Amino acid sequence: MVGHALVERLLAPGAGWEVTWLGEEPHAAYDRIHLGRVLDGASPAELALAPGGYPGAVVRLAEAVVAIDRRARAVTTARGATLSYDWLVLATGSRAFVPPVPGAEGPGRFVYRTIEDARAIDAAARALPPGARAVVVGGGLLGLEAGGALAALGVGVDVVELAPRLLPVQIDDGGGAVLRRMIEARGLAVHTEARLEAIDDTPGGAAPLAVRLAGRDALPASLVVIAAGIRPRDELGRACGLPLGARGGIAIDDACRAGDPAIFAIGECAAWRDQVFGLVGPGNAMAQVVAARLAGDLDASFAGGDAPTRLKLVGVEVASFGDAHERTAGCAAVVVVDTERASYRKVVLDPSTRRVLGGVLVGDASDLPRLAGLVGVDGAAPAHAVALLAPEGAGPAGAPPRAAQVCTCNNVSRGALCDAIAAGACDVAALKQGTRAGTSCGGCLPEVTEVLRAELAARGIAASRALCEHFAYTRQELAHLIRVRRIRGFDALIRDHGRGLGCEVCKPTVASLLASTWADHVLDEPRVHLQDSNDRFLANLQRDGSYSVVPRVPGGEITPAQLIVIGQVAQRYDLYTKITGGQRIDLFGATVDQLPAIWAELIAAGFESGHAYGKAVRTVKTCVGSTWCRYGVQDSVGLGIRLEHRYKGLRAPHKLKLAVSGCTRECAEAQSKDVGVIATERGYNLYVGGNGGAQPRHADLFATDLDEPTLVRLVDRFLMFYIRTADRLQRTARWIEQLDGGLAYLRAVVIDDSLGLGAELEAEMGALVGAYRCEWRAVLDDPVKLERFRTYVNTEEKDDELRYVRERGQRRPAHAHEHPDGRADGRADGRADGRASPRLRVVD
Amino acid sequence: MAAPTAAPTAAPAPASASSTDLGAGAWVPVCRLDRIAPGAGVAARLGDVAVAIYRVVVDGVDRVYALDDRDPFTGVRVLSRGIVGDRDGVLKVSSPLHKQSFALATGACLDDPARGVAVFDARVVDGVVELWRASRARAA
Repeated sequence: MVGHALVERLLAPGAGWEVTWLGEEPHAAYDRIHLGRVLDGASPAELALAPGGYPGAVVRLAEAVVAIDRRARAVTTARGATLSYDWLVLATGSRAFVPPVPGAEGPGRFVYRTIEDARAIDAAARALPPGARAVVVGGGLLGLEAGGALAALGVGVDVVELAPRLLPVQIDDGGGAVLRRMIEARGLAVHTEARLEAIDDTPGGAAPLAVRLAGRDALPASLVVIAAGIRPRDELGRACGLPLGARGGIAIDDACRAGDPAIFAIGECAAWRDQVFGLVGPGNAMAQVVAARLAGDLDASFAGGDAPTRLKLVGVEVASFGDAHERTAGCAAVVVVDTERASYRKVVLDPSTRRVLGGVLVGDASDLPRLAGLVGVDGAAPAHAVALLAPEGAGPAGAPPRAAQVCTCNNVSRGALCDAIAAGACDVAALKQGTRAGTSCGGCLPEVTEVLRAELAARGIAASRALCEHFAYTRQELAHLIRVRRIRGFDALIRDHGRGLGCEVCKPTVASLLASTWADHVLDEPRVHLQDSNDRFLANLQRDGSYSVVPRVPGGEITPAQLIVIGQVAQRYDLYTKITGGQRIDLFGATVDQLPAIWAELIAAGFESGHAYGKAVRTVKTCVGSTWCRYGVQDSVGLGIRLEHRYKGLRAPHKLKLAVSGCTRECAEAQSKDVGVIATERGYNLYVGGNGGAQPRHADLFATDLDEPTLVRLVDRFLMFYIRTADRLQRTARWIEQLDGGLAYLRAVVIDDSLGLGAELEAEMGALVGAYRCEWRAVLDDPVKLERFRTYVNTEEKDDELRYVRERGQRRPAHAHEHPDGRADGRADGRADGRASPRLRVVD
Repeated sequence: MAAPTAAPTAAPAPASASSTDLGAGAWVPVCRLDRIAPGAGVAARLGDVAVAIYRVVVDGVDRVYALDDRDPFTGVRVLSRGIVGDRDGVLKVSSPLHKQSFALATGACLDDPARGVAVFDARVVDGVVELWRASRARAA
């Protein structure tokens, strides 16, 4: 994880490093904090810290370094390769410590450190008979994480801890007691001050293993997980003569240098002032120092690891910061224990300076940013310091100080977030990108969101999520109302759940929700007035008031006969033609009254509406794939056509674009689409959340090596979940970024079905797919709808003001200065005025 | 530019020309009310002038309003194709081009006091929408 933090920084644009990353494990860097999710069914890919890999770096997995030659500045790998270096960074981490007792190793005994360890435990636990028990040796972070994951699988768990309390390193006795009660309430048995003596095989006994404890009854167990601490992986440093810490670890100075000017060490393999830090926060801080040093910042220094820690173990929040153990001479402590709400809160302070020195929070850690931010501030503790621990609203309020750390993984303070907001970051995604807050474990995203709301509110920017003045609900809440109350019309919705008549914001939003919930035609009379001009005329409004027409060309595949028809239609109506970015053809310059005739010709030739006018699925772009290409490994055109036919016309909070590439060369640019598919030898890799436009974003790898039915199932769920829950005009990228838990949460919902919504989402998509009808064909079949395609309701006259000029052989609307009659409509200055008007809202 | 004169603000020439040509003071039948979807608008020609006619249902009662169809910000005749609604209780239409809003009763632009469009009197008689041939001043 620490290596990831470093490499990501070294690969930043302009950094200019040639990076080679050698790893012993077969996986690229993954989220070890959430290893328990492997027992919950997560795949290694889901834990990857960089699902898209590390473009720009050479990553060599399952290739451990076996020796360092400091004189030659070269490393040798287990595969016999020798690589020279200018700089070497050791981030080898730690290994699980196995207590030296009889029977500590053997069948049924596991350590808990890597994905392979977690998988082995998972396989063993799933094979256990009902009623089987597991013993977890170690009541620290990893032990509780493993115990919680096993309990979630239905295995009875005993946690054995040598110290008098759980989490002995992080919290104190009082916090430990509260934590213990909460863990026990979740069904885990806890044994403290219990020293492991041996693990015996007991064939023929009640359970295959017996865990012997000093002075107590042995615990029967079907499996034993040993999580009794870690030891730094310092053997490479040891072998090449680098100095070590007193209790192991490669000794580093404040610059994270490992006693050799060309070698750094970071993370759990390093010992700073003889301390080894077993948390990701200090490790990331070291990575930050090394990246800054390599970039030439000679002041970058590691300042120790008393950064606040915040954890969630077996569903219990635990936090500590500063001097949690009251080690400062002359310090005092204020403790509030609330057994009713199961919380323990302690603040350690210096009575003379009234400084806050540290603290412990168990049960509810939401005050951590506020309290940790007070550390080191003279006079921060009032005379009755218990007021610091008063529930919200009862004590001295006020925003936490700027120094308060919000993201402990990446060391981002509240002040840094405020500065980013002041510099223009106005949503969570921009804050994440600008400050890196919330990009590691994601646990601080609620706080990040809260800081954003508070700052925006302080700047007078309404952070209300109400859709508009007519509905006090978000788009997601309206979607829920429509579904649950089975509301099929705008009038009923605004009468019962809104006020007024509606507007250009809520009407199209509700129209889209009604379309994606009930699949009724957008131009049925009760819904006509909800549609913006594009949807109302099923065409794209252009600057002169005329429209453009885009027939669907699924997958971008088109026959010569169809091309000829498009050409003939364009010639007949003198339409300007242009190839679009979505592999189809746009026909410009049609008037409202021409649209039905144009579509009658197109539909007769087999075309369908392209929905270019709607916030809807637009196109599935494809490369030619194995149809012709000598590199293509799958039929990307065929799959693209099938996907486009499945999702065509689907209405969504924003336009949706898809693409399918037939091989890794990615000629269809699938990674710039909301849903992208890249063929592999073994199937398809699925990417989500990409887009082009003003803020281009690469899609994230979502799932790998899928067969087509699985791919379609995941895309069904992904799209339906997006349509149900996204905000108005929120593209998939922003939607994913703003989900609490981000991409990992989305994977849990879509792939692991963590909300149990999968079947429902698939059924809804199935119903919409089944209800599809070409919207234009439905108009041509319905005289009432057809009647609305008139320029004037009372005459067959045309708009006689439209003026065109010919340019490059085609027709385009004249600009104001080109009007022969010099029309005095003030078009040019009108634009300028319009732009200057302060409440002007440009949608789309 | 925003002076409350009898002429429409943004398109003085065509509107005054039409009212002169056709003679002042007469109701002109335009279309049946059911040709306008509730809550939406249509365009009609009154001489050279394009008029946007809106049908708004408030408390179950049909009302009709009429504005000059020309969007004063772009000079294009599109207001009949805008979305009708209200802002703080004021009935209005939003231009489909750049979304500025215009009050249905007065033609005033709610986003820019210097802009506005002419208003036409409209009524429904026996299910037929009628327009008063000349536009009237929009309220200041």
